Amino acid sequence: MDWPALKLSLELAAWTVLILLPVGIFTGRMLAYRQFGGKAWLEALLALPLVLPPTVLGYYLLVVMGGASPIGQFYESLFGRPLVFNFGGLLVASVIFNLPFAIQPIQRGFEAIAPEVRDAAACCGLSRWRTLWRIELPLAWPGLLSAMVLTFAHTLGEFGVVLMVGGNIPGETKTIAIAIYDRVQAFDNAAAGIMSTTLLLISLLAIAAAYFTSARLQPRRHG
Amino acid sequence: MTEGIHIRLRQTGPIPLDAALDCAPGEVLALVGPSGSGKTTILRAIAGLLRVAEGEISSNGECWFDAARDVYVAARQRRVGYVFQNYALFPHLNALQNVMEAMLELPPAQREARARDWLARVRLAGLESRLPAALSGGQQQRVAVARALAREPRVLLLDEPFSAVDRATRQRLYRELAELRRELAMPVILVTHDLDEALMLADRLCVLHQGRSLQAGDPYAVMTRPDSVEVAQLVGLRNVFRAGVVGHDAGRDRTLIEWRGHRLEARLQTAFAPGQQVNWVIPQGHVMLHRRDRPSRGERENPLHGPVIECLGLGEQVALTVAVNGAQRPPLFLSVPSHVARRNGIAAGVEVGVSLLADGIHLMPADESRTPPRPGERGPGTGKLAASH
Repeated sequence: MDWPALKLSLELAAWTVLILLPVGIFTGRMLAYRQFGGKAWLEALLALPLVLPPTVLGYYLLVVMGGASPIGQFYESLFGRPLVFNFGGLLVASVIFNLPFAIQPIQRGFEAIAPEVRDAAACCGLSRWRTLWRIELPLAWPGLLSAMVLTFAHTLGEFGVVLMVGGNIPGETKTIAIAIYDRVQAFDNAAAGIMSTTLLLISLLAIAAAYFTSARLQPRRHG
Repeated sequence: MTEGIHIRLRQTGPIPLDAALDCAPGEVLALVGPSGSGKTTILRAIAGLLRVAEGEISSNGECWFDAARDVYVAARQRRVGYVFQNYALFPHLNALQNVMEAMLELPPAQREARARDWLARVRLAGLESRLPAALSGGQQQRVAVARALAREPRVLLLDEPFSAVDRATRQRLYRELAELRRELAMPVILVTHDLDEALMLADRLCVLHQGRSLQAGDPYAVMTRPDSVEVAQLVGLRNVFRAGVVGHDAGRDRTLIEWRGHRLEARLQTAFAPGQQVNWVIPQGHVMLHRRDRPSRGERENPLHGPVIECLGLGEQVALTVAVNGAQRPPLFLSVPSHVARRNGIAAGVEVGVSLLADGIHLMPADESRTPPRPGERGPGTGKLAASH
């Protein structure tokens, strides 16, 4: 069992969720309620990671964030180390790759709120902030929960992008999914089996918890 | 006049509007019209949930909207109490919390006690901790009313507030609203498609059609003396006919009209000159069926005869369609209690006599574009406005 790899994966997943939650709330809410030119294009762009092969996305991220690119150079001048092939680069890639998994469920969550309920909040004199905090977020909660679980589980299992952008540096970019591949390559099927089972159980637990929680939430809203 | 609310709204699209409404403090103004007539659009514009192209809205001298001066006060700053058609309660908050959300300007310590007071006033004491889903339709409506009033609004807007409850509950809620409104000092605008509801609850009625306000006034007056054939049809008056004015008899307070060879006496209406073509209307309540066994004095008033071409039992009432001077012409509609119909042996094909009460005959400018419904065609129903879709 490669504990550092598991720890790294869990850290990466937690940070990805933490960063994507506010991004998902802001973008998902905007896409749910606002009409603007180019909205369809933006939605398509955000959904792209769903259909793009991870290696293609990884390649472009490598090009954009690599040492030869302005972004890569800027990061290196700021932190004294390259963006790619370390945890920072992995996190950026993971955030981008998980955008649709975070935004789409949150957008659906906001869309599911009856427009009159938001109108009623305005007529009650609620500020935008209070409407978001007191009315919209509690009602969109099942969507938020799905987004968090999907993002978390998906990050744990991500392989292609991580390999392209992060490589296989133990303790820095070697996630559990890479470690499993690594073990299989080394004919260490026992270790690969243990790690696969661990990953399977963690993912199953996260998704089961999400289903259980949202099933408990539903009767409160529609019963 | 600055007191109360004054509304002028105009736009050509996407929903055409041309409405002028005024509602004084303590007054209940009912907006009636078929579906799609712009009733809810007007309420939303008043609340600040929808911006209209042109117009002004002011409440107690405070400008909420003035397109010319680019003034637009946001909904959250307008102080409107809005009872939505499906109540739009916050589904995750209990009754008490729903009401408390409308009182954020009060110090937190006072909110709960005041919200409890409001719920008690709408007879919901004891149900404070129930979520909306655990309340009946009528109870949800009361929470919505309490929440709207807890805002201490400058205007109370009620959008079909009785449409989502059963008949028995509706009757009870009517009585409660009638009681409550005596205590309310703000203008109340009630949107409804039910004319009976408007008659029961409103001080004034405004008839809307395709976004235009056609006529406003005392509900009974609008429903018996419409300004135009269009209004007559919208308020469900089916007895609309063409006639020529013969002359006026000021001494007897009568105007005489010529209709299908009969000389009819109407209430004196000197706005129409002798010789002029007019439309006239008579509410069904002013058409009297003659007793077949024993004639009475009232039968001298504009007597007419003809066969019953349709006799439709509607519970306690029977709707009769009588062909006067030929079945091909628009018939006369009247409604009688079913025991009267039974006692007089009324059935399709039976020849009957009716009297048109002169006070009920109301003249309107001739409207070429609108022909009264032909026999067999259904005009707008008696109590409800016909839906436009």
